Amino acid sequence: MSEAGATAAHDAHAEHHELGFIRTYIFSTDHKMIGRQFLFASILMLVVGGLLAMMMRWELAWPETAVPFTSWISEPFMYPADEDSTVGAVEGLSEYVDPYPGANFAKSLGSVGGAHMDPAFYNSVFTMHATIMIFFVVMPFMVGGFGNFLIPLMIGAGDMAFPVLNMLSFWTAVPATIMIVYSFFVEGGAAAGGWTMYATLSADPTLSGVDTGADLWVISLLILGVSSLMGAINYITTVVNMRAPGMTWFRMPLVIWSLFVTAILLLLALPVLTAALGMLLFDRTMGTSFFMPGGGGEPILWQHLFWFFGHPEVYILVLPAMGVTSDILSTFSRKPIFGYKAMAFSMIALAFLSWIVWGHHMFVSGMNPVLGTAFMLTTMVIAVPSAIKTFNWLGTLWGGNIRFTSPMLFALGFVSNFVIGGLSGIYMASTPVDIFIHDTYFIVAHFHYVVAGIIFGMFAALYYWFPKIFGRMMNETLGKVHFALTYIFFNCAFFPMHFLGVAGHMRRIYNPLQYEFLYDVQWWNVFITMSAFCLGLSQLIFFANFIWSLIAGKKADKNPWEANTLEWTAPSPPGHGNFETTPTVYRGPYEYSSPLVKEDWLPQDRKLGPEAATASQ
Amino acid sequence: MMQWLPEDVSPYGGSIDALFYFIYYITAAAFILVTALMIIFLYQYRRNDSRRAVYTHGHSGLELVWTIVPALVFIGLGLASKSIWEEVKLNVPETDIEIRVTGKQFNWEVLYPGPDGEFETADDYQVDNDIHVPVGKPVRVFLGSKDVIHSLFMPNLRFKQDMLPGRQIEAWFQADKAGTYEAPCAELCGFGHSGMKGTLYVDTPEDYAAWYDKRWPPAETNGSDASAAETSEEVLASGAVMDAETMPEAEAEPAATEEEAASTEDIPADSAAQEATE
Repeated sequence: MSEAGATAAHDAHAEHHELGFIRTYIFSTDHKMIGRQFLFASILMLVVGGLLAMMMRWELAWPETAVPFTSWISEPFMYPADEDSTVGAVEGLSEYVDPYPGANFAKSLGSVGGAHMDPAFYNSVFTMHATIMIFFVVMPFMVGGFGNFLIPLMIGAGDMAFPVLNMLSFWTAVPATIMIVYSFFVEGGAAAGGWTMYATLSADPTLSGVDTGADLWVISLLILGVSSLMGAINYITTVVNMRAPGMTWFRMPLVIWSLFVTAILLLLALPVLTAALGMLLFDRTMGTSFFMPGGGGEPILWQHLFWFFGHPEVYILVLPAMGVTSDILSTFSRKPIFGYKAMAFSMIALAFLSWIVWGHHMFVSGMNPVLGTAFMLTTMVIAVPSAIKTFNWLGTLWGGNIRFTSPMLFALGFVSNFVIGGLSGIYMASTPVDIFIHDTYFIVAHFHYVVAGIIFGMFAALYYWFPKIFGRMMNETLGKVHFALTYIFFNCAFFPMHFLGVAGHMRRIYNPLQYEFLYDVQWWNVFITMSAFCLGLSQLIFFANFIWSLIAGKKADKNPWEANTLEWTAPSPPGHGNFETTPTVYRGPYEYSSPLVKEDWLPQDRKLGPEAATASQ
Repeated sequence: MMQWLPEDVSPYGGSIDALFYFIYYITAAAFILVTALMIIFLYQYRRNDSRRAVYTHGHSGLELVWTIVPALVFIGLGLASKSIWEEVKLNVPETDIEIRVTGKQFNWEVLYPGPDGEFETADDYQVDNDIHVPVGKPVRVFLGSKDVIHSLFMPNLRFKQDMLPGRQIEAWFQADKAGTYEAPCAELCGFGHSGMKGTLYVDTPEDYAAWYDKRWPPAETNGSDASAAETSEEVLASGAVMDAETMPEAEAEPAATEEEAASTEDIPADSAAQEATE
């Protein structure tokens, strides 16, 4: 511990000398710069993943019509639109499409540089949408970006335990990102097996028709796994060893708890993914048969390995957003978090239980039905800590003095979406009900409420810590407008997917009108698509606000939100080494409205008089 | 509100739907409770600089309540689900109607055993995408795949089961109302996944008999084994050819995984050929 601390101090001291442009902005070992790098990279990928979603939504609302602005995409993926391609061109189906307001809009917009999407390319589009959103947006944003930025600052450390490893972590993620985007441009296009890449479709290039693209997908995730692993080791070491004096485990902010637990999950889950990906790559390129029954392999083995990684992965994605939400709700309710220990322990419980629920993705996979019952029961159990968290958030709001800032609104939005996503999960946890809703849009609705709902946690974090990261305030009015539109259109886009799923609408189909039993619900697809476009367009407000604030936002002072945690005692943005002197921590992170002081916040590092000090925890 | 799910025509679908709506009422109540509390708190405790927030770190009693109550609800749901799951999955009724459905990119290959009730015999009938079953009778279905994972989905029967290459999965269903129903593939299986579907024909006893007699004329089936060899060219072309060439693949692989002798791979083909010539 002392060694690591000494090294960091030494580094901080040594690097007070002027660093060149390259060492400051590109190959930086400063956790704050690395955090910013992850942040910008993931926001860039958010645009890519979002545009892919828009293409998908177009296809689902107005199947087999020209998708506007896509004629620049080359022939095997998009085909030139012909003259008579109109909405409802599928024979006899116009009556199911035409009455809805979108039809004329689609007709006219489709003629603007429109092209027809190949069904195989549609598979690539949704595969890459999910892959990018999960591995290249949410993970780098929350874990890479905010994990890096917040951990040392909030525990009172000068930097990460291993600054060079930290730099390597980012620069390992870069080739992985380039590779996943590049896979669109190789012959055969990008991976098309769904983000879950079920064997045997994924294990034999002749079955999916995608060769190099899927290899690149596997290799990219292998490399990204190395990057995340380096980050995880760094986070764990830093949290264990480099907490400031007085920063006991139960004085850590919940966001640090969440990132710490996430790092442990990453450390344990990624090797499983790596092993599975390695086997898949061997099957694809070297003719092994781990997953091919022809050579004695077992396709369902992939599902067990993938979901053994995949379910902890869900909590890797959502835990940091829960932590962020807890901090922000407490800060803007001006109230201590309700049930701090219950919150910390429920995160640990979620992390532990996430290892024994993977089979709930496989109730109809051909797994033994008796095993299905066992996984159903563990899944019912994991709902309990989620319920505990929700009620504690409500308890935090109760009796507060609530300030409706943009970060607070987004945090509330996260809670609201998480409630819906958590409740809809109960349907699929029940094995008999899952028989029907498995692989339908009900599932799509559920995981978008949970995983796409994380974007509310992401925005909450960004609006909240933007002043600390960039030294300037974001515009509050634009932030609130951004929240209102995002919240409305998010729910309009994702809630009706439940209705589609209940009607039996399958996932991953590119033309719902190929099925008679879906004719009557097609108008929901049109409604969802229009809402999704509005959701996408609403983000322009965010980008305008983000870029404008970066350049010309109001200068932020140290503690614009009157918050308690240590990062707010450092300058905005903090310089090298973060703190002028290592802070000493005297209390927990959520001492808002404490009777010990006149103002309604009490920073963790403020030393009170002797009589007050004994009264505080 | 009650017509969300497609029409159910299966014996167990009613229990599944009832469970669905049971969960719906529980989750709706939880959603309304949480949302109402949230809205009330947000309004009641909005910023007011003349007062301070309540300084509290929690309440152990409340923590216990909102740990135990959800846990009890979830356990109850788990038990209710368990019994229906067993009814669907484990209590397979006796039946003499058997079919085999094999997924292949991008069709259902449906195999009927014919009058002798045995698969891989000369009187088998194989057709793509047309599943004929009599109304009101349990049907045992053997599911397999030739290439990738498919999933046979029959929304009106609340039936969905993945089909794995290299394995045969036994399942059952029963349709209690005559009619035609769509039977799409629910698992991504390649570029033709969208639009991969079959039709389930649930025939009245008369229709089923008519379909059956057209396929296997009664005069010929009376002679049992001897006449079984005298099948039409169509049956030979579809059934027998499939026996000899395609089924061994699907049959052999599970045998191999069970670490039986490698030579077993040839047995299904041989036995099928034998039966066909008998």
